[in-house]
Amino acid sequence: MVTSPSDGTPPAGRAMETYDVAVVGGGPAGLAAASAALATGARVVLVDAGRQPGGQYWRHPIGDLGAVADLHHDLATFRRLVAGASAAVRLFGHQAWTVEPAERGFLVRAVADGMERAVPARVLVLAPGGYDRQVPFRGWDLPGVYTAGGAQALLKGHQVVAGRRVVVGGTGPFLLPVAAGLAVRGASVAGVFEANAPAGWLRRAGSVLPVAGKLTEGAGYAAALARHRVPYRSRRAIVAAHGAESLTAVTVARLDARWRVLPGSERIVECDTAAVGWGFTPQLELPLALGCATRVDVDGSLVVAVDDLQRTSVPGVYVAGEACGIGGAPLAVAEGEIAGRAAANAATAANAAGQPAVVVPSRLRRRRRALRRFAAAMHEVHPVRDGWQTWLGEDTLVCRCEEVTAGEVRAAVDELGATDARTAKLLSRAGMGWCQGRVCGYATACVAAGSGRPVEADLRGVAERPIAAPITLSALANPEGAPRQQ
Amino acid sequence: MSHTFDFDGRAIPFTTGQSVGAALVAAGIRAWRTTRREGRPRGIFCGIGVCFDCLVEVDGVPNQRACLVPAAADMIVRRQEGAGRGHLAV
Repeated sequence: MVTSPSDGTPPAGRAMETYDVAVVGGGPAGLAAASAALATGARVVLVDAGRQPGGQYWRHPIGDLGAVADLHHDLATFRRLVAGASAAVRLFGHQAWTVEPAERGFLVRAVADGMERAVPARVLVLAPGGYDRQVPFRGWDLPGVYTAGGAQALLKGHQVVAGRRVVVGGTGPFLLPVAAGLAVRGASVAGVFEANAPAGWLRRAGSVLPVAGKLTEGAGYAAALARHRVPYRSRRAIVAAHGAESLTAVTVARLDARWRVLPGSERIVECDTAAVGWGFTPQLELPLALGCATRVDVDGSLVVAVDDLQRTSVPGVYVAGEACGIGGAPLAVAEGEIAGRAAANAATAANAAGQPAVVVPSRLRRRRRALRRFAAAMHEVHPVRDGWQTWLGEDTLVCRCEEVTAGEVRAAVDELGATDARTAKLLSRAGMGWCQGRVCGYATACVAAGSGRPVEADLRGVAERPIAAPITLSALANPEGAPRQQ
Repeated sequence: MSHTFDFDGRAIPFTTGQSVGAALVAAGIRAWRTTRREGRPRGIFCGIGVCFDCLVEVDGVPNQRACLVPAAADMIVRRQEGAGRGHLAV
């Protein structure tokens, strides 16, 4: 079942009731949270930037899930969650640009078609998801170089194959479905280049076996790659992209254990498209805007700190899914279900001025624990090692928006005396352009830290953005009915 | 069902629900913006509205993310140079 974007959407320009629970994010975690909260009888509003439910994981063409069903995993869960969430007031096509405390809870401020709308709720569940983490390499700004998720989104969301001859590279299990999808849809995939050595899986069978569904998923993609004769090479990376106006070839090199290029191992692979990803970066604008406490996860990502009930340090704010630790869709669903139950309970307890105990079934807690162990094992096998910095030339772009080079970021540290990532950013302008450091924040923090690892303050310094989505001044000045600015 | 929009004088076909950017990529067009500093070509990178690389002018409004804007029949899409303020003649 696929809902249309207009279903359940209230007309603009009317004062809205205060909902018990506002869920921001319509991917696996958000759908699970909305569904679980509704099951307790809470009044729920679901806000998402997409035109339809699914998030990045279950992305599909509008109204046509069937056309890409073979590219998806576990659609039965998706259909169950969409059905479970169908009684929510659904604000799709609404980008939440900020959230703020209000008299009776919180206001979610969202923009849709140039109009701003403030949605009041007693309790918030934030499920903003994540996007591909990137590390720069020579020529990575050439058209034809995509993030792995970008190539996947073109395929799953628009049925467009990004190129004819494709290389896939980076690290992590996500490279497999991306390569398999492209091959199945007719691209010639010249290779998958995994910078780590995933044979490490075998040594961590104890973490993997309890969540064997994940293994089956990986095995399916591996079989698709074998069927299409796609070579899978570990300890190799795409270290440079070549071309004048767009991509025509990449350099692939073998890496040592620290990811330094083994001299003489470089070879040129002709291709028109490269898809690269190095794990994921959680989307943290909204939790950070509310002041939620953070921590650095096993994979080096800044994530929101949550307790057993997915509660953050800010009362009334729950976070589920990738924003509290990259772990994949099944973990996001488990966390969303826990957050939805707990949030609904807190909201209705606030109504009744009582505080009944939240009941989270132990099977759900056990499932979350097993999936988190799986995620930790995955991160240990697929870390980003600091040798990537040796691939960069002084003139390699780190920040694509402001066109700031590695040399300029290093000069901010070595010559101008920046001692933390935020100062390096302010001095070099890396991370101060259109994307506000979403793409280069991690790399800038790493380059600024040199051979050391960026600490939590460094990662926060490149992650805090007061405005989570672009909004016009006219929409701000005249909410709920402002005409689109021309 | 297939329609077209105009990209710098060329009719670009798209299917219902496709974004402007996806339709351009499907038509073999990979770059439609130049950067402010070096004039470098850019097109889609992240494909999900995060990176702002794919900025394009749609119906006279610059700086639209091509990967997010749904394609519509008779839309006028223009390549964007630099800061996208050429229309302001400053």
